[in-house]
Amino acid sequence: MNTSTLKLPPIATLGPFIALLLACIFFATQSDRFLSPQNFSLILQQVMVVGVIAIGQTLIILTAGIDLSCGMVMALGGIVMTKFAADYGLSAPMAIACGIAATTLFGLLNGLLVTRIKLPPFIVTLGTLNIAFAITQLYSKSQTVTDIPEGMTFLGNTLKMGSTSIAYGVVLMLALYLVTWLWLRETAPGRHIYAVGNSPEATRLTGIPTDRVLLGVYVLAGVFYGIASLLSVARTGAGDPNAGQTENLDAITAVVLGGTSLFGGRGIILGTLVGAMIVGVFRNGLTLMGVSSVYQILVTGILVILAVATDQMSRKGVR
Amino acid sequence: MSPKTPQIVMQAKGLVKRYGQVTALDGVDFELRAGEILAVIGDNGAGKSSLIKCLSGATIPDEGEILLDGKPIHFRSPIDARRSGIETVYQDLAVAPAMTIAENLFMGRELLRPGFLGQFLRLLDKRKMLEESISRMNDLKVGIRSMTQAVETLSGGQRQCVAVARAAAFAQHVVIMDEPTAALGVKEGNMVLELIRRVRDKGLPVVLISHNMPHVFEVADRIHIARLGKRAAVVNPKYISMSDTVAVMTGAKTVEELPENALA
Repeated sequence: MNTSTLKLPPIATLGPFIALLLACIFFATQSDRFLSPQNFSLILQQVMVVGVIAIGQTLIILTAGIDLSCGMVMALGGIVMTKFAADYGLSAPMAIACGIAATTLFGLLNGLLVTRIKLPPFIVTLGTLNIAFAITQLYSKSQTVTDIPEGMTFLGNTLKMGSTSIAYGVVLMLALYLVTWLWLRETAPGRHIYAVGNSPEATRLTGIPTDRVLLGVYVLAGVFYGIASLLSVARTGAGDPNAGQTENLDAITAVVLGGTSLFGGRGIILGTLVGAMIVGVFRNGLTLMGVSSVYQILVTGILVILAVATDQMSRKGVR
Repeated sequence: MSPKTPQIVMQAKGLVKRYGQVTALDGVDFELRAGEILAVIGDNGAGKSSLIKCLSGATIPDEGEILLDGKPIHFRSPIDARRSGIETVYQDLAVAPAMTIAENLFMGRELLRPGFLGQFLRLLDKRKMLEESISRMNDLKVGIRSMTQAVETLSGGQRQCVAVARAAAFAQHVVIMDEPTAALGVKEGNMVLELIRRVRDKGLPVVLISHNMPHVFEVADRIHIARLGKRAAVVNPKYISMSDTVAVMTGAKTVEELPENALA
């Protein structure tokens, strides 16, 4: 009876760390500047927007869904909060709240379409991707909003830790990862997200309202995109209608590189942080090496396919 | 009720269920007694699964009534049935593969920490769930060493044992098992049959739906034979042969042709 007690290969949990380590070693041999604390602080700053989007994306992928609209919704949130402050003179906290409300509404829309009309998340979010992009362009008249209150950029400020400076936004991102990790691990709603991703039918039969879990996940993802909007505004000091274009796929890349299965129900949110770091390290390292940005996109594409392939093959070994 | 007839736990009277032109249940009666394993058998279309769906709350009958401990009940969903203490085990291994045994046992009924942590943060009491899992699985003599291993590391039979143990742990009145051994090999099937017996011996009556005649004859105390949307007979497997049972099921033999002691 105890013949089949083999454990899952730890590749899904350790793989991302090993990949990050190898990437760091490689770039350290290529550039002297790579290993400096200032450079790492820069990578973290570059990663913080996509990192926070990827938290929401992870929750959705854990339920075996996907959100293609994440970057565009994030851009819309940034435009809403900056324009509300610049045009209507709203105070920074009020304008930020409105921006997060806008992204949360988009999350709700995605969630309702997925749970009520039972459309595949891929199609729903492909649609809302375009809708969010169009609204962003129309509302901003494709103009960058620069006249923004100081209270909106404080997360871009840095605090000194020894000789390195760390942005408040990076601290916020790390805190959000920690809280979400604990929530997913230690609470009933967190475990229900895994259950829905594992086997929606079995979960429904045990009495868990699966549709409410799904809807909650999409709404929560919307909140994370809103927070990412704020980080993006803080980082660039402006409301940019063309933000989120690389973040859209980078977020999915980070989740997959972090070892979360696209088939749902398996993965650890801290892996996503490592995945986002891998994307950031590659971007940064290749830039330091003087490689053009087109090659960076090429490398990201290859990385995603490698990660999904490893995921697929390690699952086959189990079944 | 005569003194030697055991108490009736669950009863259905004259259930009718129509799907458009098709009458799936045509006034079927049903009786489950305390502490027994009642097998429900029948050819395809005999109304076996419609009956079970009515009992487990998956469908609502058009006519007739269902009594639980003598009181009429009206289930609108499987969740209603569960709240009334009726647990159902499905054939297709209704477990979450990547989650641990303990998590599967308590899925949807997680134990929370006392006070603020549990009520507002919905924080899990993992240690208590683990302890309870161990004691409940020991109760049923399911020999799985670690409750923290993922269900996907188990064999098919062990997984089904987890599903049966979950039902047995939470059922107050009745456990319904819909083809629990259909997806399993011989050895694995026997493991689950053994567990079903232990569930009965703990005092929970079991309704076992099965196509597998040897399994039915091995564990059932009585056999409910469904035919043409009705109950053709209830027989005692000790006094009837497998071939006679199949003959009644297919209509080759009528109840009158059976020896009198075969009926239960």
